[in-house]
Amino acid sequence: MSIDAQSIDLKDRFADFFYKNLETLKDGLPEHINEHREKAIQSFQKQGIPNKKVEAYKYTDLNPAFEQKYRTYLRPKSIDFDLNDIFHCDVPALDTHVVLLLNGWYYEAKTPQKKLPNGVIITSLREAANEYPDLVKKHYNQYADPEKESLTALNTAFAQDGVFIYVPRGKTLDKPVQVINLLMDEEDGMSQHRNLFIMEENSHSQVVVCDHTLSQRNFLTNSVTEVYAGQNAQMDFVRIQNEHNGSTQLSNFYLNQERDSRVMANTISLHGGLIRNNYNLRLNGENCENSTMGLYLTDRGQHIDSYVHMDHAYPHCRSNQLFKGVLDDYATGAFNGRILVRQDAQKTEAYQANNNILLTDDAKMNSKPQLEIYADDVKCSHGGTSGQLNGDAMFYLRSRGIPLKEAQLLLMYAFAHEVIGEINITPLQDRIHELVEKRLRGELSRCNYCQMHCGDAGKN
Amino acid sequence: MLQIKNLHASIEGNEILKGINLEVNKGEIHAIMGPNGSGKSTLASVLAGRDLFDITDGEILYEGKNLLEMAPEERAREGIFLGFQYPVEIPGVSMMNFLKTAVNEQRKHRGQDPMKSSDFLKMMREKKDLVEIDSNLTNRSVNEGFSGGEKKRNEIFQMAMLDPQLSILDETDSGLDIDALKIVAHGVNKLKSPENATIVITHYQRLLNYIIPDKVHVLYGGQIVRSGDKDLAIELEEKGYDWLRKETTNQ
Repeated sequence: MSIDAQSIDLKDRFADFFYKNLETLKDGLPEHINEHREKAIQSFQKQGIPNKKVEAYKYTDLNPAFEQKYRTYLRPKSIDFDLNDIFHCDVPALDTHVVLLLNGWYYEAKTPQKKLPNGVIITSLREAANEYPDLVKKHYNQYADPEKESLTALNTAFAQDGVFIYVPRGKTLDKPVQVINLLMDEEDGMSQHRNLFIMEENSHSQVVVCDHTLSQRNFLTNSVTEVYAGQNAQMDFVRIQNEHNGSTQLSNFYLNQERDSRVMANTISLHGGLIRNNYNLRLNGENCENSTMGLYLTDRGQHIDSYVHMDHAYPHCRSNQLFKGVLDDYATGAFNGRILVRQDAQKTEAYQANNNILLTDDAKMNSKPQLEIYADDVKCSHGGTSGQLNGDAMFYLRSRGIPLKEAQLLLMYAFAHEVIGEINITPLQDRIHELVEKRLRGELSRCNYCQMHCGDAGKN
Repeated sequence: MLQIKNLHASIEGNEILKGINLEVNKGEIHAIMGPNGSGKSTLASVLAGRDLFDITDGEILYEGKNLLEMAPEERAREGIFLGFQYPVEIPGVSMMNFLKTAVNEQRKHRGQDPMKSSDFLKMMREKKDLVEIDSNLTNRSVNEGFSGGEKKRNEIFQMAMLDPQLSILDETDSGLDIDALKIVAHGVNKLKSPENATIVITHYQRLLNYIIPDKVHVLYGGQIVRSGDKDLAIELEEKGYDWLRKETTNQ
């Protein structure tokens, strides 16, 4: 096997950096977090930064992004102003528990009530690890698999903070938790936060995650989110990715569902330089329901790669994956979706579709749906399409006097609607409709009143 | 209003229209009949501006303007309407949004302000009654899940909303039961005025019992082989297209 000298360098650079700063990384965190670090960095060193030789990364080489120099935030960066002054989420009628992460660190000044009367906890991972050690220990790094994903290994080695949400048995979150990831610095920066959401038996919860870049520097985020949905738990998860073209966003989502649980996850990627979304979903009990959807709108040199691993381990579960994208200019994308139906998972229903509209000849999409089925009584389907807007529909609209541009917009908007329509948080759905329309019109897709314009930044 | 002169059109090298000549004046209803594959739908598509066809010869003047130079949306705004043989389903685009956009584009073209929502709804109600279209249909996506008859009625409904100068109805009657046919014909007759004109393309004479044409043309092999008044349709119905086929071949 040939050895790529550059990536060896890079691996070792991260390992060196790790060992030099190990005490800082461990500082303030209990053993049950820190004990995973060294094993993780070794695992990372074995795997290296993914490049196109790795099957799951066939269309996305992460080395160029990692080779850049970044400030790493081993301690929270102090800022001498109130973030609330420059950032205000602008989704009307959306009432949420807002939690801010600044460059991967929990922003205390914006902390809501940490413990709600019904026992719900919303706080930093750091605080949770110290305050609720048993709870964190039971779930932390139990669903993420550093051995199989080097980005997760890297995150596990370096993670120091993130968001912790706990909804106890039988309880309901009174309103959605909104996690806002802000990236802001006068230098290029890299952050690796780690979220842990524990949704116990019979709980109901909604979580919204928004990603924003607030300054024009290049940023790399390598995050891991672990979600545990207990028996009969119901959870809606919506993520809105809206970062500028100088950003690299690597997101590793691990979900474990127990029997009778239902999780709907919906990711809307409005803007970003390089986005890689890894979804590892395990249906770990009978009668689970999972819907994982994504909508991505890319243009210019943007690249988005979605990777889904849906693991049907028990009978009578239903899963539905729908990923749709509109690619303009010379944007590129990849979709790699794998459905694994284990031998015991009889009566599985698993569906997967990836549909793309390529607006130019230069836009490219690589789609690779995969089924791996070991049970014999299942209903599964997968499929992908990539093409232009429907010519018959275009002509129909134009023959009624609707101009070409407007007809294209109507059709793209209709195409996107199938994903947006599944968002269960109504004010958010309405707002996303608006944002998507603006994005498709090529207008600013800024979704807050902040002074920095993510959408603008991408247009420079 | 419309003059078609020696129109030749082909698709992927196959000539479909081989020299069509036709003149339509204000206040007239023309019926174009002919067997399958004679070029009826091609003619309709070319008039509406579908770009699948190459125009190899001839010209079309509409109100004195060169129609062939205009994009489909410009033709629509100038008052041309095509009722589709196979109306297209467009999931995700609501009828309401579609019609509102279309009506307001037309108004913009005429220098009028966009319609107020209340006025628009009122107009929709009136026009819906004309074609007895189910109210729920306008809450759905364009043609999505509509039955064959609903789709055809929806075409006439759109025609009513857009109030065109020249309507071309491409086999609007095919696949309709007699009740639906009457409703469609009633709609067309109601919308007729001395200022507009209609071209009804049909395979069957049946429709012409309800829409009385001023002129009937028979299209065969890409040419108009015979023109006459409404009696020609009846003659055709009796003798069948074979009669003309023989005559044409003998010539």
